[in-house]
Amino acid sequence: MDIEQEWSKFYKILPEKKEKTLTLYLQGDFGLKNLNEFTAKLGDLVDLHKPLEVKIDFSGVTYLDSAAALAFIRMERFIKDKNVDCLLLNLTDEIKGIFSVIYQRALAQKPFKVKTKPDNFFVELGEASIALVKDFIDVIEFVGDLLFSIAYAITHPRSIRVKDIFFYMKRAGVDGLPIVGLISVLIGLIIAFMSFLQLKQIGANIYVPSLVSFAMVRELGPIMTAILVAGRSGSAFAAEIGTMVVNEEVDALKTMGFDPIRFLAVPKVLAAMIVVPILTIYSALFGVFGGMIVGVTGLDLTINTYLTQSLKAISVFDIVTSLIKAAVFAALIAGIGCQRGFKVRSGAQDVGKFTTSAVVSAIFLIVMADSIFAVTLYYIR
Amino acid sequence: MPKGVSEAIIAVENLTARFGNNTVFEGVNLEVYKGEVLVVVGESGCGKSTLLKIMIGLQKPSEGRVMFRGVDVVSATSEQLHSYRQNIGVLFQSSALFSSMRLKENIALPLEEYTSLNSSMIDMIIKMKLGMVNLAGYENHYPSELSGGMKKRAGIARAMALDPTVLFLDELSAGLDPVTAVELDNLIIKTNEALGTTMVIVTHELESICKIAHRVVMLDKNAKGIIAEGSPTQLKEKATDPRVRSFFLRQLPESNDKDSSYGE
Repeated sequence: MDIEQEWSKFYKILPEKKEKTLTLYLQGDFGLKNLNEFTAKLGDLVDLHKPLEVKIDFSGVTYLDSAAALAFIRMERFIKDKNVDCLLLNLTDEIKGIFSVIYQRALAQKPFKVKTKPDNFFVELGEASIALVKDFIDVIEFVGDLLFSIAYAITHPRSIRVKDIFFYMKRAGVDGLPIVGLISVLIGLIIAFMSFLQLKQIGANIYVPSLVSFAMVRELGPIMTAILVAGRSGSAFAAEIGTMVVNEEVDALKTMGFDPIRFLAVPKVLAAMIVVPILTIYSALFGVFGGMIVGVTGLDLTINTYLTQSLKAISVFDIVTSLIKAAVFAALIAGIGCQRGFKVRSGAQDVGKFTTSAVVSAIFLIVMADSIFAVTLYYIR
Repeated sequence: MPKGVSEAIIAVENLTARFGNNTVFEGVNLEVYKGEVLVVVGESGCGKSTLLKIMIGLQKPSEGRVMFRGVDVVSATSEQLHSYRQNIGVLFQSSALFSSMRLKENIALPLEEYTSLNSSMIDMIIKMKLGMVNLAGYENHYPSELSGGMKKRAGIARAMALDPTVLFLDELSAGLDPVTAVELDNLIIKTNEALGTTMVIVTHELESICKIAHRVVMLDKNAKGIIAEGSPTQLKEKATDPRVRSFFLRQLPESNDKDSSYGE
């Protein structure tokens, strides 16, 4: 059964013309849902009869809402603009009440001017450049605060919120195991398959395991893990802190004498720095496993041969540098996630904006840091 | 009750709300009459907001029905619920204006969704609604550029966009200064008198209750239901129940006084 409406769309407009006066008798319900129809009909009747005076009689109106009342006021003005007199007749107290909420001054009020950004290209370019520099300074300031807070936490271990660290280790690490494992297997599989297609041309299939393990341990393991953590946890950190800012929870922390960076950012950064290296090793192992699927099924290698060849290509130095890289990436992801969260000022839109910014900035920083590592490690070795 | 009004527009029948083992209220029966301003009061945790959420179809009760024009809102189909929601307007405690939209876009949203009006008519209706709530000229502002009281008024303008039959208002004047609260009270009275809109209001503000309510319903946490019903004057002057008296006379219940024995 449908919900019965308070009013129907049923209405009638009965015109009566006496000499130069057109009287329009309204009957039935007039509201939002038949507004287009009855205003068009009224306009047509006035145009058809071309009177010198129009009287609109409301005695038969059974329902009128404020939008319909507004439409009659507009119609009255429209008729008067044609130099035709217009009168609204037989308004009951109820209908007068509805007309009373329509303020002519409000209808004529022009919107207040709202500050809008100039659309000049050079002004926008200048503003964007200034924003970029300011953002860079903000990040540097935040890094300083964060390092100070971490140093404080290390020198005052009792101030560390161990429970929070375990919580975020689970969130960023344990909960991410399935997706990191799956992506790593697939990446290992793809590298093995693509390298096999090339190496078989020169009969060097035996180097497929080395290539997979070398790529997974040195580059792809840390990078893929970092990008996944940035997408999962960096965004979550930014959104969580951003929402706390909007709800004035961060202000509450400040007024209670807590340093929000020490309270909110340090546990997240420490947790990420602990779990991301572990996830990176896990990712490399799954990558090698993915390559092994291709090696054993497509290249006729035994599991033993595949693993021996894989181990030959990597050294302890590679594993250690990969772990250091992973820890640095983790600090960058968690740090930028928290920094972006603290930049939120008001509303859901701001939270969305800075969450996106956290992920984009984290990926950019990961790639930049990886380039620096690549050059530095080349010279160290 | 307003003059000449007797038809019940919403009937709450035997309503029970439970969360796990915690019963918020049980067996609540309540009728909302056409054209009246009904105020729901009670201490924190007595289930006022839960009752409101069930009445607007946002939450399912454990038992009971909410009847609106012959349809049970609780077991309504999605089409019926959709139709019901075109008949009601809701002002949330936080105003819940969409922060990414200007005021005019906030108000235009239901008009664009449910009517086929052209943009010039919608613009005029927006101006009219903003004029009604004394916010003429603010159509291009974002909610973040408004004060708390202005947000509430803008929320009322949006809730009134479709001229609803029933308007639900949650914590109307919570957190507002007395002058703004009085402005809102006057707006409610004017809207009710001029448009005949039925209103269900949850509020704690005693002055506001006495000024705007035709009828007051009081819920109690321990009784898990309605303990008093009547006009504000009746409840204030004639109620014998100590819980009702303590609310309207702003006194602690006697048992609480006895509990505080520090310094004795």
